[in-house]
Amino acid sequence: MEILVCVKRVPDSAENEISVAAGGADIRRDDLVYSVNEWDNYAVEEAIQIAERAGGNVTVVSVGADAEEVVRREMAMGAGQGVLLNDAAFEGSDGLGTATILKAAAQKNKYDLILTGAQADDGAGQVGGMLAALLDWPYASLVNRIEEKEGNQLRVGREIEGGSQEVSDIELPCVLSIQTGINEPRYVGLRGIRKVASVEIPVLDASALGVSADAVGAAGAKVKRVDYFVPEIGAGAEMIEGSTEEVATKLVDLLKAKGGIK
Amino acid sequence: MPGILVFCETKDGKLKKVSREALSIGRKLAEKTGGDLAAVVVGSQAASLAADAGHYGAKKLYAVESAALDSYTTGQTTAAVKQAVDDFKPSVLLMGGTSNGRDLAPRLAARLGVGVASDVDQLDWTDGKLRARRSIYSGKVFGRVEISGTPAIATTRPNAFSAEVVAGGGAADVVKVSFTPVEVKSKLLETKTPEAGELTIAEADIIVSGGRGLKEAQNFSYIRDLAHAIGGAVGASRATVDAGWIDHQHQVGQTGRVVSPNVYIAAGISGAIQHLAGMSSSKHIIAINKDPEAPIFRVADLGVVGDLFTILPALTEEVKKAKAH
Repeated sequence: MEILVCVKRVPDSAENEISVAAGGADIRRDDLVYSVNEWDNYAVEEAIQIAERAGGNVTVVSVGADAEEVVRREMAMGAGQGVLLNDAAFEGSDGLGTATILKAAAQKNKYDLILTGAQADDGAGQVGGMLAALLDWPYASLVNRIEEKEGNQLRVGREIEGGSQEVSDIELPCVLSIQTGINEPRYVGLRGIRKVASVEIPVLDASALGVSADAVGAAGAKVKRVDYFVPEIGAGAEMIEGSTEEVATKLVDLLKAKGGIK
Repeated sequence: MPGILVFCETKDGKLKKVSREALSIGRKLAEKTGGDLAAVVVGSQAASLAADAGHYGAKKLYAVESAALDSYTTGQTTAAVKQAVDDFKPSVLLMGGTSNGRDLAPRLAARLGVGVASDVDQLDWTDGKLRARRSIYSGKVFGRVEISGTPAIATTRPNAFSAEVVAGGGAADVVKVSFTPVEVKSKLLETKTPEAGELTIAEADIIVSGGRGLKEAQNFSYIRDLAHAIGGAVGASRATVDAGWIDHQHQVGQTGRVVSPNVYIAAGISGAIQHLAGMSSSKHIIAINKDPEAPIFRVADLGVVGDLFTILPALTEEVKKAKAH
């Protein structure tokens, strides 16, 4: 099975205080600590496990000028190949633009399965579904279980509301977006990183991909950022003091007032 | 046609709450665009939702009636809603940000060649364009986006908009959409549902969440007891899920579910950024923690510094008493 995993380099929200640059047009990006989008680690791990069971190759792909480091990190987990997609024309792409770029990369090779993380730093969770639509492949999102089946199919579980799981059979080739918790992503040690440090990673630009520059990037974006702003943080909690009974009574009063107890 | 179309999901023969919320904000947008508000419902019983949709302001209900649509598959539902879009030609298409809504919107958008704003908590119509507010980077920043292309698509965050019944809102006029099922390459086999009766955090009005302060798995009983007494759902911090104390489906946070219930009670949760990202937009937040410096108190409305093992049982008793009255 030939598997492509799409990964993204994102500001690590656990490591960074994020603030808005003057004018509100962007966040302050200097001094940010970046890492690979957390969901993508689960997608890469799942791809490696499938390839270990069913045979095949795992390729990691990422869009962006500075993505090499995260592609290498995911290769150190055990993905055999990496591909970088970079062109000045790609900057400012929205979800559909990114999916358009990835579609072109996916068509460079014959993949059976494409995995993405269920979402990334901006929480949109769009690219996988759009990529599937552009390729006209079947798609399932929030996948928390994958099993190979006879007859060129996978049996997949989707996490839906209420802790319920939908179980479906889906034909290959397909695109799946992977939810956290599907596996335990393996640890990447220094040795693993060193092993892939000198592996060559091809870089494809718009012309190599055959992507028209006005269909992607800021020029092609249908969703445009107007501004960013930092949410107002309240004054902090009003602290309730007193005996356990007093505290419980006050909390119940609040629950009544706010419709918590009907 | 500057109309607003809302894809509505149903549960037990009624519109889902999040769909009613999407209709309600859709009605406000329709007032600004000067167009009609219409709902689209799919499945063999679609037309039976006309009164329900009308109560929330829909003038028309596009019913795509086919048994092939009774269970959700991305491919089939995309084809059905696209047909309704082609018939009604709305300026804006909204849907609730459920698992299925967020699965459907991107595929539909790519088919229509338009953009989507996901999981929005504010919507407005400005200078002939749809503007949406979204929380990004784990809730540390809000971004406002403008969506061009027709229709502009947005998925609405559950509980972010209020569902408002329109006075005198009669049943919506049913418009039957002619639809031939497409060949789909996936097939739903079954839906596994855990312990019946357990309320889900995604749509719950009240959530009681536990964190590492519970010390061990069995102490989640303190959280469950209070949640059951109030009639709320059980939530959990990532640390407790990672430790195997409770299933992932309960996890609130950036890698779990983002929730905005009316009341959120956090007990023994210090408030790591990844957790705050998942709950800080709740309407009222109550935090119980033994550490007065815990970050959770910065986002909470009410805080109690103390031992959850004495406070939670006392609170559970008081709630039971209050409910008995």
